[in-house]
Amino acid sequence: MSAVKPAAAHPDEHHEPPRGITRWLYATNHKDIGTMYLVFGTLMLFVGGLLAELIRSELMTPAMRVLSPEAYNQVITVHGLVMVFAAVMPLTAGLANYLIPLMIGAPDMALPRLNNWGFWLLPPAAILLVLPWGLKLFGIGTGTIDTGWTMYAPLSTQSGPGADFAFVAVLLLGLSSTMASINILVTILNQRAPGMTLMQVPLFAWSWVITALLLIAVFPALMAGSIMQITDRHFGTHFFSAAGGGDPVLWEHIFWFFGHPEVYILLLPTAGVLPHVLSTFARKPVYGYEAQVYSFWAIGLMSIVVWAHHMFTSGMPAAANIYFMLSTMAISIPVAVLFFCWFGTLWRGSMTFETPMLFALGYIVLFGIGGLTGLVLSDAAADQQYHNTYFLVAHFHYALFGGPVMGLFAAIYYYLPKMTGRMFSERLGRWHFWLTIIAFNVVFMPQFLLGIAGMPRRIPDYALQFAPLNMVSSLGAFVLGATQLLFLYNVLQTVFGRSGAKASDRVWEGAQGLEFTLPSPPPFHTFSTPPVIE
Amino acid sequence: MSAAPDAHHPYYVPQPSPYPILLAGAVFLLGLGLALLVNSLAAGWWPLGLGALLLAGTLTAWFGRVVGETRSGVYGHQEERSFRWGMLWFIASELVFFASLFGVLFYERNIAVPWLASFTSRAWSAYTPWPHFTAAWPSAGPAGRPFQVVTPWGIPAINTLILLSSGATVTWAHLGLRAGRRGQLKAGLALTILLGAVFLALQIHEFSHAYTRLGLTLHSGVYGATFFILTGFHGLHVTIGAIMLSAILLRTLKGDFSPEHHFAFEAVTWYWHFVDVVWLMLFVFVYWL
Repeated sequence: MSAVKPAAAHPDEHHEPPRGITRWLYATNHKDIGTMYLVFGTLMLFVGGLLAELIRSELMTPAMRVLSPEAYNQVITVHGLVMVFAAVMPLTAGLANYLIPLMIGAPDMALPRLNNWGFWLLPPAAILLVLPWGLKLFGIGTGTIDTGWTMYAPLSTQSGPGADFAFVAVLLLGLSSTMASINILVTILNQRAPGMTLMQVPLFAWSWVITALLLIAVFPALMAGSIMQITDRHFGTHFFSAAGGGDPVLWEHIFWFFGHPEVYILLLPTAGVLPHVLSTFARKPVYGYEAQVYSFWAIGLMSIVVWAHHMFTSGMPAAANIYFMLSTMAISIPVAVLFFCWFGTLWRGSMTFETPMLFALGYIVLFGIGGLTGLVLSDAAADQQYHNTYFLVAHFHYALFGGPVMGLFAAIYYYLPKMTGRMFSERLGRWHFWLTIIAFNVVFMPQFLLGIAGMPRRIPDYALQFAPLNMVSSLGAFVLGATQLLFLYNVLQTVFGRSGAKASDRVWEGAQGLEFTLPSPPPFHTFSTPPVIE
Repeated sequence: MSAAPDAHHPYYVPQPSPYPILLAGAVFLLGLGLALLVNSLAAGWWPLGLGALLLAGTLTAWFGRVVGETRSGVYGHQEERSFRWGMLWFIASELVFFASLFGVLFYERNIAVPWLASFTSRAWSAYTPWPHFTAAWPSAGPAGRPFQVVTPWGIPAINTLILLSSGATVTWAHLGLRAGRRGQLKAGLALTILLGAVFLALQIHEFSHAYTRLGLTLHSGVYGATFFILTGFHGLHVTIGAIMLSAILLRTLKGDFSPEHHFAFEAVTWYWHFVDVVWLMLFVFVYWL
């Protein structure tokens, strides 16, 4: 058995970060691992964004011009999978790794090596997802998975080898998310500074308690489903095939049992950041802390029992449709409580509108539209019209870009000075915000109209009457994509440039919390001696 | 052996370690090999073999490192609590995995098959290629070949007794450990591993009997699919549990574990009891009812 060097027994003796590439490859430090998550997630945000630009290039005008129908199917599928699993989830996990130990006064995450394993499973999953494009160059297979990100049977049980790579990638992603969730839960349960009760834990950490519980409660189901897909495809089972008594709708149940909580897995961490940002720039304490914690719990628990509202057009019995309709509408109540608390935090505050605050307010507006159009879709009778049209595409982009992505921008701008010790360019940040929120609405508002007019989703071509609005949407998409380069430039300039003003420890005048008692940037190891909470 | 409880003991943050990224690489190679092999690309054997070797080597080295750290006494109460919580949540995730497989069984049996058989009236029969399919369980589906099922009161009942006994023997070993009776600890562990091995041998015999005599295979419609995926994954977990118990026995023979500090032992017994409970559910819902 390997002997432990004496130095390892005294973690206080190494204060400096290790040098060279092994600092990252072998990392056990939560700030380093969190940084890797953030870098990987940002990179993948741009990969997914490029795929989105490809989609909008194809849809700019009727007729097939840019992509073949097969390639279009693959591009929309990988766009969805990359954005959900490789961009937004790693970005929220990166924030969790970096911030939660600072917020609760812990020396590090509870299980640092497990933490690094969780991260390093992500790049292999991303590679597996796109590898079939490489294999196709050598004449093997038909490219990557082309079923749409929901991977519905029987298309998925019959499509090319790319589907196998995607299902294996899902297994790796599941392993990664489960390990990260276990680690975050254990950290919050076991590593809080002495004297910090659970009801004193900052809301961002609370939002991750629910997120992690949800991931543990639903991702293994999708892993089981992926295994059944592989056995159906290659080992002669009939889970999703009626010829053997199985049912393709079963896959939809498995997928959405995972997939609906997944929406809240993407959303909750940024809903947890929001009160921090709002209270800082309204210079008021968070309004309704307990109400928000209980709302997180209610959203988490309810999200597990509403999944089949994604399947109103799949042919379920009327009783099932009614149950899933009513339970889905009920989940808007705890979400509305969150909105109420956000407004309560702003109410009569001394507000200023720095970039993080702008993005937080943009989140409330855009996610509000996403939520209200979700109510439209949750009506089982109305959904027959809206489902599989661009109305649905517009709805979930308002929900998932308007919510998580806007929230992530708010969080990154809010904490970047803390992480780097330097202020970003406020001017560029404001340009980024205004161009983003205008361009985003130019992209997706027309899609509501296209959907109501009956334009089906997931089809690379369309009838001539949809042409003008599609042109508007595509032009908006190009501006939206280009705008994100401002964000990239601003972040890189802050991290590597020397021009930015130095950030104070508190960074923002109204900022509260343990993380703002530390220097900016925080030293490699923080809270080796835990702070004492009164 | 272990450090005395120390109020000012700082939480142990390990040095940078190569094992996590190596383990991620191993999982990547295994996944790559699987994806290639199921598509009849023989090149997949290379990543699969390399991945398996890397997995075994990395796990051995990583756990070896943790055992070394345990012996050197860097873990205090707070670290041990982290391990406990970690193992509990891991078992929770395993529970969800098996629960979803049982969910699949209930769905296929109680919803999918009756639904498929409900298109019998003249008006509806045009909607199905199999208007004469009737709902039953076990079912090979409308296009499957007939088969016979494994009777619950043969090998499955014996296996139930074996696994329940192994739960008792591992608890007996735990009592021995707590009371400082090392002989009882070793005997209990060895007996548990032996019972696990007998269980696995009987399962393998049952599978081959099903394939050769009963005509019950993976191809036998939803019954065959749910039967083999549930029993197969349970068998895999028994195998993993037996390997972990063997590692614990080896460490016991080297003198590890004190009556007060033996978290690794406890974690493996939790896992073993979990696998036990899953089997009881299997016996009732897969074999019996």
